[in-house]
Amino acid sequence: MYTANWSVIPQNLPLFLEGVRLTLTISALSLVLSLPIGIFAGLCRVSRNRVIAFLSACYVEFFRGVPLLVLLIWIFFVLGRFLRLGSYWSAIVGLAIFSGAFVAEVVRAGIQAVPKGQMEAARASGMTYIQAMKLVILPQAIRKVLPPLASQFIILIKDSSLVSVISVVDLTLIGKNLVATTFRSLEVWSFIALLYFVMTFGLSKIIALLERKFRAEWQ
Amino acid sequence: MNDVMVSIRNVSKRFGALEVLKDVSLDIPRSQVFAFIGPSGAGKSTLVRTINALEGIQAGEIFVDGISVADPKTDINALRANIGFVAQSFNLYPHLRVLDNVTLAPLHVKKVSKAEAEEKGTTILASLGLADKVSAFPAQLSGGQQQRVAIARALAMEPKLMLFDEPTSALDPELIKEVLDAIRGLAETGITMVVVTHEMNFAREICDRIVFMANAQILETASPGEFFSAPKTERARDFLGKILNR
Repeated sequence: MYTANWSVIPQNLPLFLEGVRLTLTISALSLVLSLPIGIFAGLCRVSRNRVIAFLSACYVEFFRGVPLLVLLIWIFFVLGRFLRLGSYWSAIVGLAIFSGAFVAEVVRAGIQAVPKGQMEAARASGMTYIQAMKLVILPQAIRKVLPPLASQFIILIKDSSLVSVISVVDLTLIGKNLVATTFRSLEVWSFIALLYFVMTFGLSKIIALLERKFRAEWQ
Repeated sequence: MNDVMVSIRNVSKRFGALEVLKDVSLDIPRSQVFAFIGPSGAGKSTLVRTINALEGIQAGEIFVDGISVADPKTDINALRANIGFVAQSFNLYPHLRVLDNVTLAPLHVKKVSKAEAEEKGTTILASLGLADKVSAFPAQLSGGQQQRVAIARALAMEPKLMLFDEPTSALDPELIKEVLDAIRGLAETGITMVVVTHEMNFAREICDRIVFMANAQILETASPGEFFSAPKTERARDFLGKILNR
């Protein structure tokens, strides 16, 4: 029978923490990148210009439809080669583009959930379309979509575990390597699962706090 | 100086197969208050919304203070900055406090300084009886208060023309009066106004001309005295008979 030996965890704690740090950095950087990508693509998606709306739809449909694993490998071996990105930046770019497609859909839904009269009132007062979007529509849309955005960012943290396939030494790859040397798979993977949960649950709490702050003010 | 504020010439508009404006022409002189009345679906709202180009037109021309609304060379945003618009559903910005609702367009369209915009906004809100609501959010106000904020928001741009699209239709009966009083107060300042309304007493008391519309056309334009005592068309007689003898 298998006897668990948890000493492998404290012995390698610095290694785990290094993995957490890398997973968090990669997730945070791709989150920060995917937000402007997603907002921009979401805005293009609702544009009255058919060509712009179509190009944005292509971006969303394509990157939503390709598995992240395939995308990461492709970016690392093809795009990364041309642009000399290296595994670290290939991972961030891949995650950001992938997540951006989902953020774009969330943003589009948020914009469309703002009543039509809002855009009309803003335009009737002499604002340009861009001013109306920036000052009236987006501030309302973003607040409406905080819950689905939170889910998207939690998925992003979990998806970041796939970057281990392009040899980025994140939490998951550190786990694989530890198991290969210590054979303590139950202990290592249990602890890693716990670490991912702590990260995603923490993010979920932070966003819940943000939501409450916005809501209390004007609703 | 041209003494016509709005000139509507042979305007037609259709939504697909449905004709909503049929060869409509009308001149609205400066400083006058015009009421658009008529049955639902007559095209009143559509007509008032073509004046600030919220609705496009398929034929004809509209001039506001001599500037063509439909001309692609016209800077439509500059034109709209001079035209106040108040809709049935208020459409206040829910994420902004009352004063910020009022100062948003002056700050970003007219590029007025923040201090100036807020001083002016506060004055206008006070004149409409909303001095104690400047830092409230729209959701905390009654419908009548919200509509008065919407009027203040339009006035903050110092428009030369005010358009009201059924300003009291979404209000509880007991809140209608405060909004009508606000509009009545404006009429006395001499600003040109167009009001789409179902409030016949209001139209009779404060308007200079009644424009009666039915079936996408203007059937009559008359002074309130003439129109309400002796409507010329059968359709207007029928309309008035139905709504005045309730």
